[in-house]
Amino acid sequence: MNINETVTDKLVVNENWCKGCGICVKFCPKNVLKIENEKVKIVDIDKCIQCGLCELRCPDYAIYVRGK
Amino acid sequence: MPSEIVNKYFRTNKLPQIWCPGCGHGIITRAITVAIDKLGLDRDKICIVSGIGCSSRAPGYMDFDTLHTTHGRALAFATGIKMANPELKVIVITGDGDATAIGGNHLIHACRRNIDITTIIYNNNIYGMTGGQYSPTTPKFDKGTTVPYGNVDKAFDIPALAIAAGATYVGRSTAYHTQLLISLIENGIKNEGFSLIEAISVCPTYYGRKNKKGSAVEMLEWQKEHAVNIAAASKMTPESLDGKFLIGEFKNSPEPEYTREYQKIIDRLKKE
Amino acid sequence: MKSKARLMQGNEACVEGAIAAGMRFFAGYPITPSTEIAEFSAEKLPLVGGRFIQMEDEIASMAAIIGASLAGVKSMTATSGPGFSLKQENIGYAALAEVPCVIVDVQRSGPSTGLPTSPAQGDIMQARWGTHGDHPIIALTPSSVRETFDLTIKAFNLSEKYRVPVILLMDEIIGHMRERVELPDISEIEIINRKKPAVSREEYLPYKADDDLIPPMACYGEGYRFHVTGLAHDETGFPTNNPAVADKLYRRIVDKIEFHKDEIVEWEEQNTDDADIIIISVGGVARAADTAMKQLREKGIKVGTYRPITVWPFPDKRLVELADRVKAFVVAEMNLGQMVLEVERIIKDKAKLIKVNKVNGEAIYPEEIMEKIEEVL
Repeated sequence: MNINETVTDKLVVNENWCKGCGICVKFCPKNVLKIENEKVKIVDIDKCIQCGLCELRCPDYAIYVRGK
Repeated sequence: MPSEIVNKYFRTNKLPQIWCPGCGHGIITRAITVAIDKLGLDRDKICIVSGIGCSSRAPGYMDFDTLHTTHGRALAFATGIKMANPELKVIVITGDGDATAIGGNHLIHACRRNIDITTIIYNNNIYGMTGGQYSPTTPKFDKGTTVPYGNVDKAFDIPALAIAAGATYVGRSTAYHTQLLISLIENGIKNEGFSLIEAISVCPTYYGRKNKKGSAVEMLEWQKEHAVNIAAASKMTPESLDGKFLIGEFKNSPEPEYTREYQKIIDRLKKE
Repeated sequence: MKSKARLMQGNEACVEGAIAAGMRFFAGYPITPSTEIAEFSAEKLPLVGGRFIQMEDEIASMAAIIGASLAGVKSMTATSGPGFSLKQENIGYAALAEVPCVIVDVQRSGPSTGLPTSPAQGDIMQARWGTHGDHPIIALTPSSVRETFDLTIKAFNLSEKYRVPVILLMDEIIGHMRERVELPDISEIEIINRKKPAVSREEYLPYKADDDLIPPMACYGEGYRFHVTGLAHDETGFPTNNPAVADKLYRRIVDKIEFHKDEIVEWEEQNTDDADIIIISVGGVARAADTAMKQLREKGIKVGTYRPITVWPFPDKRLVELADRVKAFVVAEMNLGQMVLEVERIIKDKAKLIKVNKVNGEAIYPEEIMEKIEEVL
């Protein structure tokens, strides 16, 4: 499988698994994420506080906090 | 590379799951693995059993001994596993239809026996796999493909049912209240006896669409706004609780466990 | 060393056989005329470190024995007509998931609640085709108390060897009959256990069959972390919608019994060498057939008997041979004609076929078979 992964220091996004439901976007307290073409995208990684709420509620394990 | 927890406990070559976008079942499934991880259990001594329906596909993604059984019968299969090898930690994943309609009899008797099985009911208030028929937990007046003019049945209160039937650990949380859910599952597994955790999921595809509940995000927000922890509820007025539902730990009172009691008979007979 | 001879009921002999075969788990639900099997199991299992449970219903009992077997323990349930109907879905599960287990059906008169305390053999076709879809099954029909003991052991052995649900198809006559029996010493009994995987978890494919079409079986708790489902699955055990893979699976589970049919089938024949007429019967009826044969022989009528011990798969090859040289077969059964359909299929029009059927809740008496034979002579 071709893995489309976005890896940053704070977050990892696996676009293959993302179904674009938007749950992570909505419950991110710092507006780090958005949905674009039905996939999650990182808008502003500097704002990420690695609270892990996106990972906690992502039904498809397509986003997680790195190094925690 | 998936997250550590997913990499450790999931059959990652089977992901992503078959569930619809925004389905709460994935959140609950991950919560179970987090609870198992926190408890530091021997994963080779865990057996995860399910019935039929959307929820019951979960074990197929989980890297343990797993059993996907017939509709409604997960608890009966699980009872056989636990009786055959009481050393195994047996976890049942089931849905509202699977556990409380076709499997309702098995549910109340597993509660009554207090056999050491932790059951997580993924309640999405609908039969999803067959396309949106009403279930025993579809609220009154709500719609489904088989209640096109509104449901006249009264819904089951699953924790109340389990408590009445004799389960020794009972709790409820939602897909939104994930941390609470994890701790309830953790405590449920720790309870040596029958534990039941109702995990209220979201089904945006069928229940949500049929009842104009909006997207998965909006359904989770509804959970956030309408759930009240039982601890807080005791200090609230009846008026302020109107239209709300309770989450939290509803019962935690251990009693002698079934297979241990049976073992006592075997041991006694050996001495005689 | 043989145990002391004692008077024993068929249902008790079943439990003795099961425990000798290694049964250590029984799940059941009370139903006449099989209840004594649950009662004896409840009494005897904890004495050998085994476990008994009375489940909430027949369906749950069937499910529980499949679960226990997957956890590595030889398991059995027992029932009668109405309960046998309820168990069918999970019997199909055991057939598809290839989980060894033994189901005892002490047949009573039906359909529905019927005549609960009366004998019948109305479940012969249900034993074969009771669950939906094409599937393998083995069914054994004892006709004495001692044979009930032996065939219960055989049921476990076949089940373990071929990873298939095996039905011990008794009838009320055999279940409730008491006979003086001497049981063999445990050391004289051949016990077969399922074959285990010889590979590591990483290499284990739970549904990859060996050349004998039977896959080695791990059990839960051994560290294999494998998946079992009632959905069509591939060799890994995971669901598939691939038509070729599904086709291969369905054919293999049926073929694994067909492939070994000669090893599985068992029958008993008496006086067939010179027989003009052969009585075919199973279970309680075979005892009447035996008497009828002896009495007719005294009258100079050359009668033999043919008793399938495995009613499924049916011992057909020998019957074809016999059909070439006998004038008629008499199929006597406590139903309106079920086993006769199989006989008809096998012998075609090579010999005359006479039916003796009874469904009033009474046993078939030797005279009834004799009268029918004398009538057609």
